[in-house]
Amino acid sequence: MPQDFQKDKPIYLQLMTQLSSEIIRGERKAGDKLPSVREYAIEAGVNPNTMSKTYKELESMGVVEFRRGQGTFVTEDYNRLEKLRTQMKEEYIESFIKDMKELGFSAKETLDGLQSYYEKEDDG
Amino acid sequence: MITLDHVTKNYLNTSALNQVNLEFKKGSIVGIVGENGSGKSTTLKLIAGLLRPTKGKVLVDEKKANRLISRKVAYMSELESVYPFFTVGEAINYFESQFEDFNREKAEEVLKFLQLSDDQKVKNLSKGNKGRLKMTITLAREAPYILLDEPFAGLDPMVRNSIVKGLIRFIDLEKQALILTTHEIREIEPVLDEVVAIQNGNIIGREHVESIRDNQKDVVTWMEELYN
Repeated sequence: MPQDFQKDKPIYLQLMTQLSSEIIRGERKAGDKLPSVREYAIEAGVNPNTMSKTYKELESMGVVEFRRGQGTFVTEDYNRLEKLRTQMKEEYIESFIKDMKELGFSAKETLDGLQSYYEKEDDG
Repeated sequence: MITLDHVTKNYLNTSALNQVNLEFKKGSIVGIVGENGSGKSTTLKLIAGLLRPTKGKVLVDEKKANRLISRKVAYMSELESVYPFFTVGEAINYFESQFEDFNREKAEEVLKFLQLSDDQKVKNLSKGNKGRLKMTITLAREAPYILLDEPFAGLDPMVRNSIVKGLIRFIDLEKQALILTTHEIREIEPVLDEVVAIQNGNIIGREHVESIRDNQKDVVTWMEELYN
């Protein structure tokens, strides 16, 4: 079945996040070949133009590389991949903190909450 | 490019389209959405040269759209359009004989992709498989413009899904444009570049789907806002 997308966010951004997550989790490794734009578009059930934009954006970020006549590959620049990992962490933290602030939690409450959450998790 | 220039279409006393201006360029997939009787099908039939405008001009690559425009425009009707006494294979042969741009190999690829076998009789096909066959015949043509009138109407989600994948697989956006009308906007939305909203024969909106999403909206909300 086709993928479900969040309805109020551009699809290319969602696909960029998805691919980046797969790279960070190691499901796609440095130097791995990505599916062709069309194959991946069919798999995800999206417009090939959207998929092509996703690849172009990731390429301009330096996360993937297009090699003429061969296709698109995950970069082998480990510094870039490490940076991607940091960026991703910061994005998730930012969105979490934003939610917590909106709910009225102070920085201390949030930090204490995180700490006791991790402690509980380690015990269990 | 397809151009509708101040197009009005009246049927006897009723007006189907009212001073419509529209352009469609190669390389994109556009969905025309609107209620029943809003003028969606009329728009496609005018481009396919099956209807003549009451006023205004319909041009396909600068040529007036008339019956001969079917060389450039592959039109899929929402009605059943394949003789029931044919087998799937005979239907393919027949359409191959009718259209110069019919690509036999592609037809067989689409059949395989949509899991149809060519010895089945058309009259014995399920509704879903008739839909798949119509789609095969339309997509097998290497026409620069592909028009699909309600390609999902009355089909179950599995068939709709396989048709969506078939579209992505077999449309060549470097050479072709696809225009389709639909009610099933949620299913087709990820495949569209643009949506055109039409109401009572008037174009009330046109937008890139990604721009709608960029404004934190979805296409259905965008449409509801236009209608109110």
